[in-house]
Amino acid sequence: MNWGRAVAIGRKEVTQIRRDPRSLLIAFLMPVLQMALLGYGARLDAKHLAVYVFDRDGTQDSQALLERFRASEYFELVRAVDDYGALAAAIDAGRCKLGVVVPPDFSRRLRDGDGVTVQALVDATDDNTANLAIGYAQGVVGAYSAAVQLDWIRRQGLPDRVAAPPLSIEARTWYNEDLDSRNFIIPGIVALAMSLVGALLASLTVAREWERGTMEQLVSTPVTAREIMVGKLAPYFAIGLADAALCVGTGVFWFEVPFRGTVDTLVIATALFLVVTLAIAFMISVAIPSQIGASQMAILVTLLPFNMLSGFAFPIDQMPAAIRLITYLVWGRYYLTVLKAVFLKGSGVLAIAEPMLAMVVYAVVVGTLATRAFRKTLK
Amino acid sequence: MNAAPAVLVEGLVKRFGTFTAVDDVSFSAQRGEVLGFLGPNGAGKSTIIRILCALLRPTAGRALVAGLDVTREPEAVRAHLGYMSQRFSLYDDLTAVENLRFFGGLYRVPDAVLAERIAWAVEMAGLTGRETELVGTLAGGWKQRLALGCAVLHQPPIVFLDEPTSGVDPVSRRQFWQLIHHMAESGVTVFVSTHYMDEAEYCHRLALMDRGRLVALGTPGELKRGSLRGALLRVECQPLGEALDALGRAPGVLEAAVFGDAFHVTVSAAEPALRDLPRWLTERGLQCGAIAEIPPSLEDVFVARVGGGRA
Repeated sequence: MNWGRAVAIGRKEVTQIRRDPRSLLIAFLMPVLQMALLGYGARLDAKHLAVYVFDRDGTQDSQALLERFRASEYFELVRAVDDYGALAAAIDAGRCKLGVVVPPDFSRRLRDGDGVTVQALVDATDDNTANLAIGYAQGVVGAYSAAVQLDWIRRQGLPDRVAAPPLSIEARTWYNEDLDSRNFIIPGIVALAMSLVGALLASLTVAREWERGTMEQLVSTPVTAREIMVGKLAPYFAIGLADAALCVGTGVFWFEVPFRGTVDTLVIATALFLVVTLAIAFMISVAIPSQIGASQMAILVTLLPFNMLSGFAFPIDQMPAAIRLITYLVWGRYYLTVLKAVFLKGSGVLAIAEPMLAMVVYAVVVGTLATRAFRKTLK
Repeated sequence: MNAAPAVLVEGLVKRFGTFTAVDDVSFSAQRGEVLGFLGPNGAGKSTIIRILCALLRPTAGRALVAGLDVTREPEAVRAHLGYMSQRFSLYDDLTAVENLRFFGGLYRVPDAVLAERIAWAVEMAGLTGRETELVGTLAGGWKQRLALGCAVLHQPPIVFLDEPTSGVDPVSRRQFWQLIHHMAESGVTVFVSTHYMDEAEYCHRLALMDRGRLVALGTPGELKRGSLRGALLRVECQPLGEALDALGRAPGVLEAAVFGDAFHVTVSAAEPALRDLPRWLTERGLQCGAIAEIPPSLEDVFVARVGGGRA
């Protein structure tokens, strides 16, 4: 390994990146755009769900119930309608996610102590939102129900504790105290942005030489395969680290995601993740001598598994056993584990030793394969 | 030292599947020699050059460049040679100087010499004052000379040029050949492949290639003298198509080929042919014009050696 030759390759690559607006856009605008789009756009928790109500009772009691819906931050009472058809039409048209129907004898049955059922019509085209809407609605109705019960007990002159349920749970949510889904998504976006930038840019680097006919000249010089790899990947490694800093900075200072771990853990994990991603992209670039082909393959091999199988979009615990085994091959899963720990948990190195070690093994194996992938002879 | 050949090739064979691109080729080249490879496309010229540059592994045989075996010590071989591939493989998005500096870095040209060598290459390429223009904006002749500059920046003793002048204007071609001869005078061995006959005349020795085989090797003069059995006549005759047919069947004619608006006809002996051919043609209703014996050109040698009718 002659460092002078690797530096010559690296310097050339930097000059080419600087002169190529497309590369620059991918390198620096794409991560920012991704942070902005997903940071604002992708929210797993639903708030201010549109609600239509059809109050067939029209009493003080029924209005008190609806008032509770109005007060909840999860719901937005858009409109009261006075027939069933209008309610159904609103759900059909997507104007509301939830329709609440209060029965005509609501107040009377409540006072007589008979059971009352409030009907909730839910748009379940998006099952996640529907589940949340049902859960929140049950919460609102349950709270009202408890209030009515307490009221009744007091009027009977009984002590309050009669109303207290025998069993209750006191939940404390750790790591993401506000249950803000953004805190969970942002670390994922950091990894996503770096997969995308690293894989996409690095996959072009060898293919470009083939496509432009410069490869034959390059391999006729005494430069070795390893020097080519190191020289070509070093600039993308630097870009990857800069992007990571950009993304983490945006996450912490703009989206106010907590950062509880240490910077060195983050840097080490990011470096390992980049080594694996770049080495794989390099191998793809060696195997496919066209830029379009190589970049498509890079997206297929890096981004797709990351989205599906890293635990970013779908929880790994809930996958079928066979799929769960495959997720061990997705190197993004280890990085994501470390990122979440660094952002939200602030765990020490020991707690994340396992995913870190997995990435070290991955980097050594893939890095070794990549140095052997490139052959200096033509076919 | 001088006695050892710069390049030695023995029984070289290269097969791609069932196709034999190079078929049992042997030759050697001396220091300071300009050796030309002449032959049609697919004759194996580029394949030989690529094997000598350690870009392809030979199927059989041995090739030594600067005394080093190309299969055993490819990297050492590469350090001793300069190579210019068919397309001028420069980086279009880099400037002239950036390209030179890049190759200077790959060949580890010492910093102390590099600036001087770059200045030399810029001047040689005629790019003084245009050092910082992107190569993509340069015209063919400049690109070609710059590519040569990149290939010889590290002053290699042996240089391989694969069809270096294709697609370049005649003035640039002549300048380029002057550069080649300057290099040869300073002791550099230069391999050039070409399919331009006029360029072949500039080579010290010529290797004629056809379908992977080396069909002739010698100085242009030797080839012209030794290649023809009999004599060469220039015959004017119309119309061309029927005349070619008739000439091919005429007694004493070994080979007939169209050259411009006339024919070059190889005959076993000049005298009887000069006497009998006009009558043979006129009897067949063809208009026969001037007929004379001429010295063979390299193109005639090429046609005679590589197969007729392909003019």
